[in-house]
Amino acid sequence: MACFTVPAVEAIAVTAVYIAAKKKEKKNQLPKVAQGSTLAKEEPSITWSKRLSWLLALLWGGVLLLAFEHFWHGEIVPFPPFLTAMATPEDTAEMLHEMATVGVSMAISVTALWGVICAVAQAKVRSIKKALAKGNA
Amino acid sequence: MTLLITIIAALAATVVWYASEKRDTYKLGTLSLIFWGASFMWLMDFVFEYAELKAEYFNQEFADILNDSLLGLAVVALGLAAWIVVLLIKDPKGVFKKRFTKSE
Repeated sequence: MACFTVPAVEAIAVTAVYIAAKKKEKKNQLPKVAQGSTLAKEEPSITWSKRLSWLLALLWGGVLLLAFEHFWHGEIVPFPPFLTAMATPEDTAEMLHEMATVGVSMAISVTALWGVICAVAQAKVRSIKKALAKGNA
Repeated sequence: MTLLITIIAALAATVVWYASEKRDTYKLGTLSLIFWGASFMWLMDFVFEYAELKAEYFNQEFADILNDSLLGLAVVALGLAAWIVVLLIKDPKGVFKKRFTKSE
Protein backbone atom coordinates (compact mmCIF):
# COMPACT_ATOMS: atom_id res chain seq x y z
CA MET A 1 0.00 0.00 0.00
CA ALA A 2 2.37 2.75 1.20
CA CYS A 3 4.68 1.05 3.71
CA PHE A 4 7.78 2.45 1.98
CA THR A 5 6.80 6.03 2.88
CA VAL A 6 7.97 5.47 6.49
CA PRO A 7 11.60 4.64 5.47
CA ALA A 8 11.31 7.49 2.92
CA VAL A 9 10.62 9.98 5.72
CA GLU A 10 13.59 8.53 7.66
CA ALA A 11 15.75 8.85 4.52
CA ILE A 12 14.86 12.55 4.18
CA ALA A 13 15.72 13.19 7.85
CA VAL A 14 19.01 11.26 7.58
CA THR A 15 19.92 13.20 4.41
CA ALA A 16 19.59 16.47 6.38
CA VAL A 17 21.75 15.09 9.22
CA TYR A 18 24.32 13.83 6.66
CA ILE A 19 24.63 17.27 5.05
CA ALA A 20 25.09 18.91 8.49
CA ALA A 21 27.71 16.30 9.53
CA LYS A 22 29.61 16.76 6.27
CA LYS A 23 29.69 20.56 6.76
CA LYS A 24 30.89 20.20 10.35
CA GLU A 25 33.67 17.78 9.35
CA LYS A 26 34.83 20.14 6.59
CA LYS A 27 34.95 23.02 9.11
CA ASN A 28 36.98 20.94 11.57
CA GLN A 29 39.32 19.81 8.80
CA LEU A 30 40.30 23.38 7.78
CA PRO A 31 42.33 24.37 10.89
CA LYS A 32 44.27 21.06 10.65
CA VAL A 33 45.14 21.75 7.01
CA ALA A 34 46.27 25.27 7.97
CA GLN A 35 48.57 23.79 10.59
CA GLY A 36 49.86 21.28 8.03
CA SER A 37 49.13 18.37 10.31
CA THR A 38 46.75 16.30 8.15
CA LEU A 39 49.34 13.86 6.91
CA ALA A 40 51.49 13.84 10.01
CA LYS A 41 49.07 12.00 12.30
CA GLU A 42 46.57 10.30 10.01
CA GLU A 43 44.88 7.52 11.98
CA PRO A 44 42.40 4.98 10.64
CA SER A 45 38.88 6.13 11.55
CA ILE A 46 35.34 6.20 10.20
CA THR A 47 33.74 9.64 10.07
CA TRP A 48 30.05 10.17 10.90
CA SER A 49 29.36 11.35 7.36
CA LYS A 50 30.79 8.05 6.06
CA ARG A 51 28.59 6.04 8.44
CA LEU A 52 25.54 8.08 7.49
CA SER A 53 26.29 7.60 3.78
CA TRP A 54 25.87 3.82 4.34
CA LEU A 55 22.48 4.37 5.97
CA LEU A 56 21.47 6.68 3.12
CA ALA A 57 22.35 4.05 0.50
CA LEU A 58 20.35 1.42 2.42
CA LEU A 59 17.31 3.68 2.87
CA TRP A 60 17.16 5.41 -0.53
CA GLY A 61 17.96 2.15 -2.37
CA GLY A 62 15.20 0.32 -0.53
CA VAL A 63 12.71 3.15 -0.95
CA LEU A 64 13.38 3.43 -4.71
CA LEU A 65 12.97 -0.30 -5.35
CA LEU A 66 9.88 -0.61 -3.13
CA ALA A 67 8.28 2.43 -4.76
CA PHE A 68 8.80 0.68 -8.10
CA GLU A 69 7.18 -2.48 -6.74
CA HIS A 70 4.14 -0.43 -5.64
CA PHE A 71 3.99 1.16 -9.09
CA TRP A 72 4.16 -2.34 -10.66
CA HIS A 73 1.18 -3.44 -8.56
CA GLY A 74 -0.78 -0.29 -9.42
CA GLU A 75 -0.69 1.07 -5.86
CA ILE A 76 1.07 4.26 -7.00
CA VAL A 77 -0.36 6.29 -9.87
CA PRO A 78 1.15 9.33 -11.62
CA PHE A 79 -1.87 11.53 -10.82
CA PRO A 80 -3.45 12.75 -7.52
CA PRO A 81 -3.95 11.33 -4.95
CA PHE A 82 -0.91 9.26 -6.18
CA LEU A 83 -1.67 6.42 -3.74
CA THR A 84 -4.71 4.37 -4.81
CA ALA A 85 -5.27 3.44 -1.15
CA MET A 86 -6.34 7.04 -0.53
CA ALA A 87 -9.43 6.66 -2.73
CA THR A 88 -11.76 5.57 0.08
CA PRO A 89 -11.63 6.13 3.89
CA GLU A 90 -11.58 2.33 4.48
CA ASP A 91 -8.56 1.88 2.23
CA THR A 92 -6.85 4.87 3.83
CA ALA A 93 -7.33 3.39 7.32
CA GLU A 94 -5.86 0.09 6.12
CA MET A 95 -2.95 1.95 4.53
CA LEU A 96 -2.22 3.86 7.75
CA HIS A 97 -2.31 0.58 9.71
CA GLU A 98 0.16 -0.96 7.26
CA MET A 99 2.44 2.08 7.54
CA ALA A 100 2.36 1.81 11.35
CA THR A 101 3.20 -1.90 11.35
CA VAL A 102 5.11 -2.97 8.21
CA GLY A 103 6.52 0.50 7.42
CA VAL A 104 7.88 1.10 10.93
CA SER A 105 9.33 -2.45 11.01
CA MET A 106 11.10 -1.75 7.68
CA ALA A 107 12.64 1.45 9.02
CA ILE A 108 13.73 -0.26 12.27
CA SER A 109 15.20 -3.33 10.52
CA VAL A 110 17.23 -1.26 8.03
CA THR A 111 18.49 1.00 10.84
CA ALA A 112 19.41 -2.10 12.89
CA LEU A 113 21.30 -3.53 9.89
CA TRP A 114 23.18 -0.22 9.62
CA GLY A 115 24.00 -0.44 13.34
CA VAL A 116 25.49 -3.90 12.83
CA ILE A 117 27.54 -2.69 9.82
CA CYS A 118 28.86 0.27 11.87
CA ALA A 119 29.72 -1.98 14.84
CA VAL A 120 31.63 -4.43 12.63
CA ALA A 121 33.48 -1.59 10.86
CA GLN A 122 34.36 0.02 14.21
CA ALA A 123 35.72 -3.30 15.52
CA LYS A 124 37.85 -3.65 12.38
CA VAL A 125 39.24 -0.10 12.80
CA ARG A 126 40.04 -0.83 16.46
CA SER A 127 41.96 -3.98 15.52
CA ILE A 128 43.90 -2.08 12.82
CA LYS A 129 44.79 0.64 15.36
CA LYS A 130 45.98 -2.01 17.83
CA ALA A 131 48.13 -3.67 15.12
CA LEU A 132 49.61 -0.26 14.18
CA ALA A 133 50.37 0.54 17.84
CA LYS A 134 52.10 -2.83 18.23
CA GLY A 135 54.11 -2.15 15.07
CA ASN A 136 55.24 1.26 16.40
CA ALA A 137 56.22 -0.11 19.83
CA MET B 1 10.30 -14.51 -5.60
CA THR B 2 10.99 -10.75 -5.60
CA LEU B 3 12.55 -11.04 -2.13
CA LEU B 4 14.59 -14.08 -3.17
CA ILE B 5 15.91 -12.46 -6.38
CA THR B 6 16.80 -9.25 -4.50
CA ILE B 7 18.66 -11.21 -1.79
CA ILE B 8 20.60 -13.10 -4.50
CA ALA B 9 21.49 -9.75 -6.14
CA ALA B 10 22.60 -8.37 -2.74
CA LEU B 11 24.78 -11.43 -2.08
CA ALA B 12 26.32 -11.26 -5.58
CA ALA B 13 27.04 -7.53 -5.21
CA THR B 14 28.63 -8.13 -1.78
CA VAL B 15 30.87 -10.91 -3.14
CA VAL B 16 31.99 -8.65 -6.03
CA TRP B 17 32.60 -5.78 -3.52
CA TYR B 18 34.76 -8.05 -1.35
CA ALA B 19 36.70 -9.62 -4.21
CA SER B 20 37.34 -6.50 -6.31
CA GLU B 21 40.37 -4.29 -5.80
CA LYS B 22 38.50 -1.39 -7.42
CA ARG B 23 35.55 -1.46 -4.98
CA ASP B 24 35.88 2.25 -4.12
CA THR B 25 36.41 3.41 -7.69
CA TYR B 26 33.26 1.66 -8.91
CA LYS B 27 31.18 2.36 -5.79
CA LEU B 28 30.47 -1.35 -5.34
CA GLY B 29 29.60 -0.76 -1.67
CA THR B 30 26.74 1.51 -2.73
CA LEU B 31 25.44 -1.16 -5.12
CA SER B 32 25.35 -3.83 -2.42
CA LEU B 33 23.76 -1.45 0.12
CA ILE B 34 20.99 -0.58 -2.38
CA PHE B 35 20.07 -4.28 -2.68
CA TRP B 36 20.48 -5.01 1.05
CA GLY B 37 18.21 -2.09 1.95
CA ALA B 38 15.47 -3.37 -0.37
CA SER B 39 16.01 -6.98 0.82
CA PHE B 40 15.49 -6.06 4.48
CA MET B 41 12.39 -4.01 3.67
CA TRP B 42 10.85 -6.88 1.70
CA LEU B 43 11.88 -9.30 4.44
CA MET B 44 9.70 -7.34 6.89
CA ASP B 45 6.85 -7.39 4.35
CA PHE B 46 7.30 -11.19 4.09
CA VAL B 47 7.28 -11.62 7.90
CA PHE B 48 3.96 -9.80 8.23
CA GLU B 49 2.38 -11.65 5.29
CA TYR B 50 3.64 -15.01 6.57
CA ALA B 51 2.26 -14.27 10.06
CA GLU B 52 -1.15 -13.70 8.45
CA LEU B 53 -1.23 -16.50 5.86
CA LYS B 54 1.11 -19.09 7.44
CA ALA B 55 1.95 -22.01 5.07
CA GLU B 56 -0.70 -20.78 2.62
CA TYR B 57 1.79 -18.06 1.66
CA PHE B 58 3.84 -20.62 -0.29
CA ASN B 59 0.86 -22.02 -2.22
CA GLN B 60 0.92 -19.57 -5.08
CA GLU B 61 -0.41 -19.81 -8.61
CA PHE B 62 2.18 -20.19 -11.38
CA ALA B 63 1.07 -16.86 -12.89
CA ASP B 64 1.75 -15.08 -9.57
CA ILE B 65 5.20 -16.68 -9.29
CA LEU B 66 6.00 -15.63 -12.86
CA ASN B 67 4.80 -12.07 -12.21
CA ASP B 68 6.86 -11.87 -9.00
CA SER B 69 9.93 -13.22 -10.82
CA LEU B 70 9.59 -10.62 -13.57
CA LEU B 71 9.20 -7.95 -10.91
CA GLY B 72 12.36 -9.26 -9.20
CA LEU B 73 14.35 -9.01 -12.42
CA ALA B 74 12.98 -5.52 -13.10
CA VAL B 75 13.95 -4.50 -9.56
CA VAL B 76 17.52 -5.75 -10.11
CA ALA B 77 17.70 -3.78 -13.38
CA LEU B 78 16.43 -0.65 -11.60
CA GLY B 79 18.95 -1.13 -8.77
CA LEU B 80 21.76 -1.40 -11.32
CA ALA B 81 20.45 1.70 -13.12
CA ALA B 82 20.41 3.65 -9.84
CA TRP B 83 24.01 2.56 -9.18
CA ILE B 84 25.09 3.69 -12.68
CA VAL B 85 23.47 7.09 -12.06
CA VAL B 86 25.38 7.45 -8.73
CA LEU B 87 28.59 6.37 -10.51
CA LEU B 88 28.14 8.90 -13.33
CA ILE B 89 27.29 11.74 -10.91
CA LYS B 90 30.25 11.05 -8.58
CA ASP B 91 32.51 10.26 -11.58
CA PRO B 92 35.30 8.70 -9.48
CA LYS B 93 37.59 8.16 -12.48
CA GLY B 94 37.13 11.77 -13.58
CA VAL B 95 35.97 10.73 -17.06
CA PHE B 96 33.71 13.77 -17.54
CA LYS B 97 36.31 16.15 -16.10
CA LYS B 98 38.96 14.85 -18.51
CA ARG B 99 36.53 14.96 -21.41
CA PHE B 100 35.29 18.49 -20.80
CA THR B 101 38.62 20.07 -19.88
CA LYS B 102 40.55 18.53 -22.79
CA SER B 103 41.89 21.28 -25.05
CA GLU B 104 40.59 21.03 -28.58
